[in-house]
Amino acid sequence: MLFALALALAAPAGAAPRSSLVIGLSQFPITLNPLFDSMLAKSYVLGFVQRPLTAYDPAWTLVCLLCETVPTLENGLARIETGADGRPGMALSLTLRAEARWGDGTPVSSEDVLFAWEVGRHPRSGVAAGELFHRITKIEIADSRHFTLHLDRVSFDYARLNELRPLPAHLERARFEPAPEAYRARTAYDREPAAPGLYNGPYRVASVEPGSHIRLIRNEQWSGPPPQFDQILLRVIENGAALEANLLAGDIDMIAGELGLSLPQALALEQRAGARFTVLTQPGLAYEHLELNLSNPILADPQVRRALLVGLDRAAITQALFANRQPVAASLVPPADPAFDPTLRPQPYDPALAARLLDQAGWPRGADGFRANAAGQPLTLDLVTTSGDHVRALLAQVIQAQWRALGIRLRLKTEPPRVLFGETVSHRHFPGVALFSWFSSPESVPRSTLHSTMIPQPSNGWSGQNYAGYTNPTTDALLDQLEAEPDSTRRRPLWARLQRTYAEELPALPLFFRANAFILPKEMTGLRPTGHQDPSSLWVEQWRW
Amino acid sequence: MTRLLLRRLAQSLLVLLAMSLVIQALMGLMPGDPIDLMIAGDPRLTPDDAARLKDLYGLNRSWGERWLRWLAQAVQGDLGYSRLYGLPVITALTPALGHTLLLMGTALTLSWLVALPLGLLAARFPGGWLDGAAATLALTSVSLPVFWSGLMLSALFAVTLGWLPAGGLGPPDATAADRLRHLILPAATLALAGVGPILRHLRAALLTEAQRPYLRTARAKGCGPWRVLLVHQARNALLPVVTLIGLELGGMLSGALVTETVFAWPGMGRLIYESVMGNDFNLALSGLMLATLTTLAGSILADLLQAGLDPRGRR
Repeated sequence: MLFALALALAAPAGAAPRSSLVIGLSQFPITLNPLFDSMLAKSYVLGFVQRPLTAYDPAWTLVCLLCETVPTLENGLARIETGADGRPGMALSLTLRAEARWGDGTPVSSEDVLFAWEVGRHPRSGVAAGELFHRITKIEIADSRHFTLHLDRVSFDYARLNELRPLPAHLERARFEPAPEAYRARTAYDREPAAPGLYNGPYRVASVEPGSHIRLIRNEQWSGPPPQFDQILLRVIENGAALEANLLAGDIDMIAGELGLSLPQALALEQRAGARFTVLTQPGLAYEHLELNLSNPILADPQVRRALLVGLDRAAITQALFANRQPVAASLVPPADPAFDPTLRPQPYDPALAARLLDQAGWPRGADGFRANAAGQPLTLDLVTTSGDHVRALLAQVIQAQWRALGIRLRLKTEPPRVLFGETVSHRHFPGVALFSWFSSPESVPRSTLHSTMIPQPSNGWSGQNYAGYTNPTTDALLDQLEAEPDSTRRRPLWARLQRTYAEELPALPLFFRANAFILPKEMTGLRPTGHQDPSSLWVEQWRW
Repeated sequence: MTRLLLRRLAQSLLVLLAMSLVIQALMGLMPGDPIDLMIAGDPRLTPDDAARLKDLYGLNRSWGERWLRWLAQAVQGDLGYSRLYGLPVITALTPALGHTLLLMGTALTLSWLVALPLGLLAARFPGGWLDGAAATLALTSVSLPVFWSGLMLSALFAVTLGWLPAGGLGPPDATAADRLRHLILPAATLALAGVGPILRHLRAALLTEAQRPYLRTARAKGCGPWRVLLVHQARNALLPVVTLIGLELGGMLSGALVTETVFAWPGMGRLIYESVMGNDFNLALSGLMLATLTTLAGSILADLLQAGLDPRGRR
């Protein structure tokens, strides 16, 4: 009876007409306000409807989107100055694009930048990443399009203003000023998300169904190259199998690479449905690695760490699991990053060397094939990783098997992300090895993960992300220098030294740089995966189908 | 009956209060919070940012303090603000509640529409081919994991045949017919899982009842087999089965998480799960309390139905 009903009501599902596009993604944004909550889903959605001042393009070059020219020391729009406290700082002169408008026709102005800064630096506004806002000591407004930012320090990333997203002051100021601590609950981005004046991108939000979908329509005030689609529907489907089913059924047209299928799932789909879809992959900033707790006496030995690394056939793993789409990491800097040292190669798989190193470190192989030291203590390690991640589970088992061949026992454990990152790694409760990814930005100095002052401990309230407990004064000095050096030419040798030190000392074992998989209709062109935190949706006006 | 109802209502209020405390305590004892997760995923966040955000969202308060604050607001009708959805809890809950009621109501109705006649037929012809088919259906129903049957139905009807959508609610401007098309597969998945327990309980209750002396009397007095079954036997056999309704009503609001995930149906199951995992205390607490309330209401309803069916229960 049920199937008869289905037959009576059923009609063949077809692909959406090309004036509209349906995109499947695996996560719903918590908020649409650009300043709150760092979340990839939010960045992806906002990429369609808002433009930041600056962003990294698909070639990993910092470009102006809302401004006219990226301020640099070379072009004179950036200069070093002495701050009010007598310390060196910087002044950046920016000009907003004349044609930039909010969706209700109001020009994007310096006032909107100033307002965003006020919200960002307010201690009770709820803005997540507040560091940039606090670095800016003053904003001098010359007129509605010209303003100068004064920074409290000289740093390498002075021109990176990606997080300083203008807010429509004419709509949001009245919601913020009476009660800044309540702004998070009152922002129009969440209470009235369809208000046109909230958006300055090629699209604007037409409707939101929480947990289900967001509908975008053309923004008539957009003055850039016109996008093709009249409407874009972003559908949230959290389950990977369901995402695939919807794609194959034609209920969605493409899957967002930033928030879609895992790479093995995408590769399997490519095999099954490669005639209908293109699978684009782009290795990015997600640095998949084995974090080592250096307080463990076994892992404190650099010979053991090197043995563990060269005893892993990472090339074979990436070939078998990822079809070579995820490059083996030599250190923590990805190949696409301008800071990458191309002369540094990943240490090759060498089980014989690994065995020699372990012997030299005092871990000979016993009669049972497993290694133990002179005191009879077995070479046993624990590996913890996130639960619910099929790829990581598979990877952990492969690592276990490869290390077993070396005579090392590896016990595997999984924990939900909130437990793993909430306490296990953040309080350094993992006894041996933790498998997870770090996310960074292009040329991001890894201070929080490598500097000795960033080791989480009770005395600092468990702040910092140097979970390994790595301490090296040379590395500390390099990190300090990198942060303070604005000249990219002078930074290059510093980066090279940092990467070599990392590759030699191995505070963590580099595995891969994870690749995002974009599943597109065969006929679709113009979409360029970025591989970094500025999503592909920032260039939606180039997409064609 | 009135005294029964009042007594149950008073008990329910105490249960609700206790549950709110237990839920808050359990969530508060879970390790990690969303700020910790945010730090792991965003290199720009500094320890100062983390401390500031934890203070702002009250994540550095004890669970007891959070519970008391919630209770003080809740008795005034304010369920607070959902950090995950950026909306008042009521605003975030309402659409999810509607979606779940639609899905579960449809699934429950379908389950009963299938199980009731099949159960009656199976008891009418015990040991026959119909009884065998019903037993097979019941076994299949309780054995098949919901996520598997859901994916298989989706693979067959959405992907292979293309007859039905693979999931979701439908486009924003969907018609009622379109919404119904999107409802079919998830409702069928849940209905398939729900048929088995009802069918088996009903059949067992009918066959147990069939041995009663009063039915022999009814047959001796000339009642036909169908009249004996439907008028006399079924009424008494339904008594234990009616309690299932109460339990199912309670499970309605929280029991469809897997189906909702497979079919991207934005219902209460997903909402409660995400709010618990995301440490959205206000939303999780309110969602779970709603589920508790529904369970209690279902239990009271079952008691009332039983009292209505069995005069002995009215005393």
